[in-house]
Amino acid sequence: MEARFLLGFLLLLSLSSFAFAIYEDQVGLADWHKRYIGKVKHAVFHTQKTGRRRVVVSTEENAIASLDLRTGDILWRHVLGKNDAVDQIGLSLGKYVLTLSSQGSVLRAWNLPDGQMVWETDLQISNPSNSFLHALGNVKSGRDSLSLVCNGGSIRAVSSIDGLVVWKKDLSVDGLKLKHVFQPPESDTIYAIGFIDSSLIALYHINAKTGELLKHATQASSVDLSSEISAISSDSLVALDTSRSNLLLIKFMAGTITNHKLPLSDIVQDFSGLAELIPTKSNDIFVVKTPSNVAFIKVKGDNEIELIGKADEAGIVSDSLTLSEEEQAFAVVHHSNNAISFQVRINGREALTEGIKIEDHRGHVKRVFLNNYVRTDKSHGFRALIVMEDESLLLMQQGEVVWSREDGLASISDAVVAELPVEKEGGVSVVEVEHTLLEWLKGHMLKLKGTLMLSTPDDMAAIQAMHLKSTERNKMTRDHNGFRKLIIVLTRSGKVYALHTGDGRIVWAHLLTPLLQSESCPSPSVLTLRNWRVPHRKALQENPSILLVGRCGAGPESHGFLFIVDSYSGKVLETQILDHSIAEVVPLPLADSSEQKLHLVIDDKLNAHLYPRGSDALEVFVREMANMYYYKVENAKEVIKGYAFKKGCSTGSSAYCFGTRELWSVVFPSDSERIVAAARRKINEVVHTQAKIMTNQDVMYKYISKNILFVATVSPKAAGGIGSAAPDEAWLVAYLIDTVTGRILHRVTHQGAQGPVHAVVSENWVVYHYFNLRAHRYEMTVIEIYDQSRADNKDVMKLVLGKHNLTAPITSYSRPEIATKSQSYFFTHSVKAIAVTTTARGITSKQILIGTIGDQVLALDKRYLDPRRTANPSQEEKEEGIIPLTDTLPIIPQSYVTHTRQVGDLRGIMSFPANLESTTHVFSYGIDLFYTRIAPSRTYDSLTDEFSYVLLLITVVVLIVAILVTWAMSQKKDLQEKWR
Amino acid sequence: MERSSALIGSIFLLISISCLINPISAAASGSGEGYSIAGRVKLDNFVTKGFGLGHSPKLSETKVILNGGQRTTFVRPDGYFSFHDVPAGTHLIEVSSIGYLFSPVRVDISARNPGKIQAALTENRRALNELVLEPMKDEQYYEIREPFSMLSLVKSPMGLMIGFMVLVMFVFPKMMDGVDPEEMRQAQEQMREHGIPSISNLVAGRS
Repeated sequence: MEARFLLGFLLLLSLSSFAFAIYEDQVGLADWHKRYIGKVKHAVFHTQKTGRRRVVVSTEENAIASLDLRTGDILWRHVLGKNDAVDQIGLSLGKYVLTLSSQGSVLRAWNLPDGQMVWETDLQISNPSNSFLHALGNVKSGRDSLSLVCNGGSIRAVSSIDGLVVWKKDLSVDGLKLKHVFQPPESDTIYAIGFIDSSLIALYHINAKTGELLKHATQASSVDLSSEISAISSDSLVALDTSRSNLLLIKFMAGTITNHKLPLSDIVQDFSGLAELIPTKSNDIFVVKTPSNVAFIKVKGDNEIELIGKADEAGIVSDSLTLSEEEQAFAVVHHSNNAISFQVRINGREALTEGIKIEDHRGHVKRVFLNNYVRTDKSHGFRALIVMEDESLLLMQQGEVVWSREDGLASISDAVVAELPVEKEGGVSVVEVEHTLLEWLKGHMLKLKGTLMLSTPDDMAAIQAMHLKSTERNKMTRDHNGFRKLIIVLTRSGKVYALHTGDGRIVWAHLLTPLLQSESCPSPSVLTLRNWRVPHRKALQENPSILLVGRCGAGPESHGFLFIVDSYSGKVLETQILDHSIAEVVPLPLADSSEQKLHLVIDDKLNAHLYPRGSDALEVFVREMANMYYYKVENAKEVIKGYAFKKGCSTGSSAYCFGTRELWSVVFPSDSERIVAAARRKINEVVHTQAKIMTNQDVMYKYISKNILFVATVSPKAAGGIGSAAPDEAWLVAYLIDTVTGRILHRVTHQGAQGPVHAVVSENWVVYHYFNLRAHRYEMTVIEIYDQSRADNKDVMKLVLGKHNLTAPITSYSRPEIATKSQSYFFTHSVKAIAVTTTARGITSKQILIGTIGDQVLALDKRYLDPRRTANPSQEEKEEGIIPLTDTLPIIPQSYVTHTRQVGDLRGIMSFPANLESTTHVFSYGIDLFYTRIAPSRTYDSLTDEFSYVLLLITVVVLIVAILVTWAMSQKKDLQEKWR
Repeated sequence: MERSSALIGSIFLLISISCLINPISAAASGSGEGYSIAGRVKLDNFVTKGFGLGHSPKLSETKVILNGGQRTTFVRPDGYFSFHDVPAGTHLIEVSSIGYLFSPVRVDISARNPGKIQAALTENRRALNELVLEPMKDEQYYEIREPFSMLSLVKSPMGLMIGFMVLVMFVFPKMMDGVDPEEMRQAQEQMREHGIPSISNLVAGRS
């Protein structure tokens, strides 16, 4: 009875800890959130004399943002959809930001101060696929301002106030591509110039108010026209021919077109190679960028051009900036070693040259955006926004970097965790201890006030600040609880960052690919990141290191390279260009004598190359080779193949190269199934116990195998997105496959279901999320796998007589007798990513981390996904903690680990254990980063930060006082007794 | 089974009738094969309370998502949103707004009679006459700190310790009072013999 009571009590405790939840004043205690925007591709400055100076940018991550020009902080940011890439941005009426996206088919206006979308117009472009060009010019029409969007051969005029299409004109000429639109000042006519099939030049006069076509003319061009043009004045433009070595000067006056061919070699003496036109705005000056230099060219009179300036080295040139009627400024940026020279040229003349030192981990300059300001002495000052190779963004002004943003972190492609260095012994002074003691006491007094609800808002702020600046969590050393770690991330640009889990700061950052760039490795790109050496036993004194694997070219057959990087400092320990390609890197659960982890690099010819290269590594691997298997999911061919390794490989005679032998294959019928998802257990996951005790004191044995692969296939018709298939023609088949033998352990078909499928495999279960077309809701299914061959071990006699098979290893070689249990539930949201919490010893109950469509991360207790849930659980089941079955999984707002934060464009969630069993780290990334620590079953093994030490002290003091008082009282009483 | 399907059928009929009577405002102006879905997100009725420090939910942060991310749009200041060029079929619209829980909406665009659009909340299968999306509830992401009370102090481990001490101080002497002096002497003698006294002995001796 007591036991039952205890159980009930425990249940009560655990029920109260259903959700991971924090109080509002705990925000920032264990978590941090960083917002980024991604690699900037367009920038528009908004620098009015009054108000906040800002720059509006759009990025490759489909984000548009307004940044404070003084600090680089994000004022507002919006992330557009995946297929909604921004083509162009502009300002309108001085208060709206216009963005053209989805290949010129969607035009949106955003309120500049707060980022509220004001209007959105679908331009209904019939074939947006081939419409790359669009011009976004402002045309005045009364009080309203029209924005023109050109797409192929059609022009749309959109009102800037409400986004309505005022008029549209389809010129309906085959092959016409409009290149330039302009309106002479105080004129109602718009001139639109386009090329027809790269041989004809066409000019259209259009009424700005009605869109009526007034006049048009065409003329054959003397050269084949490329798509690059530069408008140099109100009646002329310069185009480049397809050979990129001739210029064509086109003039269109009074409805007639004249064109004149000018070979580039006439103007630029040492010209060779391919030229590039830099877009300009007017003023008879244009800029041609050749492989060897940048030429500023002025048009003089009729068909005469003159070279007015030349920047010798090939640099990055900004778009032109109009200073006044006569003056055009360009920025030319050169990069050398760890400095950049920033040059501003006004009308080709050099106006300003500044040299700026830049950290060498930023790589080369990729883009530059120029802006000016007027100094107090009425002269022009310049500032420039620079995008670097690592995708970071810098603002330069007066020869200094004013601010920098590490926007490369918006495109994380891989992440691993590394330990921090061990704390060095000794060296803490008494003064320091006293100081910290005082601080400590003060802090706890404040906290006590907080708990007693006596604190003023000032105190609250002080508590918050104290939490945040707590030096303990930001130390650069390993801590006992394993809370302080390094998250090492790889970004799309190939830069590697080490982030501290305490506050998310960058400990070190390196851009490694430029180190490698050479003839043998033309365009290096980093693919993946692995732990190479983890501090462990013998290697405790050695620094942990990270393996970076990449490819020298774009194709899968190009040679690979690898770096080994010290994870404390980011120093490169080893660089190697490989003589084979890289298709996949398979980490093995083996290590050589110096605790370097063994990795197999599989190349495109299915040979396996062993790393590290060392005789003991080879020895270790050859010893275990017979038990090593590899599988490959070929999505395109709908096949999964399993391989074993054999000595000797097909391409070379290296001892470290092994061949593969196909063992099995699972071929899915391509007319009825398409592979949409595959998932497997984390290699380093720890399982605490194999046994699961049921309510009726029965034991079930979990089938725990590292070789389980979950594969989901859908019918071909359902392979598209939601809305493309009818329920009858859609199905989803889930497979559990043993990757050693290729045996299908379990197969289940969901009729009327379709992808996208997100799955996570852990211990003996798999949870997957998909769309149910019949109910038109998302569903999540759990499958648990149990080992039936061990089911009869319950017999006590057998255990006594030793006739059990509990000690038998779990092996894929023998045919397992498995039983599965499964259950499905509705889930409200779309899912972007799914993961499961992992703890150091696997004792703590699990939570499933779901990245929802709202870019939040929800921690859902695994107990909600338990196939044993029934609608009416019995008393015993309730005591065990089985939740009554509901058709929908609950969404408890307090269990969002991201609380009020959003991880923009969430792509991945990672969970890694702390040393403390109850606690796990959660790191989620997208455009933003969010890190927190969660305790899925509360922190049962440590006192929380909430614990009030002062209250404990007071209690102890009260107890001591009480003891003394009672002692004195009893003495007195004794004495009285004795006197009597 | 038969009955339930009939029931579902009649519900469906009901929905379609209601839609016939009051067709959804979502205009289906066709351009080619595509239709437009237009609707409105309404947050006005929900008063935000106790939201995060300086993080009041804004309409500008509200996104409307079609088919799990195929397309994303934002709402205008008046709450209106629209998707253009959507093919006929059954679609799913989700609203993402921090601080609120919205039910996804099933939107059927009929291929047979163009322009007919039906919508229903998927969470509670409620049909919508107009595509006006309101949050099902607001979401409170933080635990609310309970105001200080004596009870919580007493319930804390320290409180329990003090409580137990008080119990020992005041109740046990009372229990001792009830003990017969003779027995007390006996017990004390016993104590002398055995050394340490035990509470169980005392209690047993009393009864």
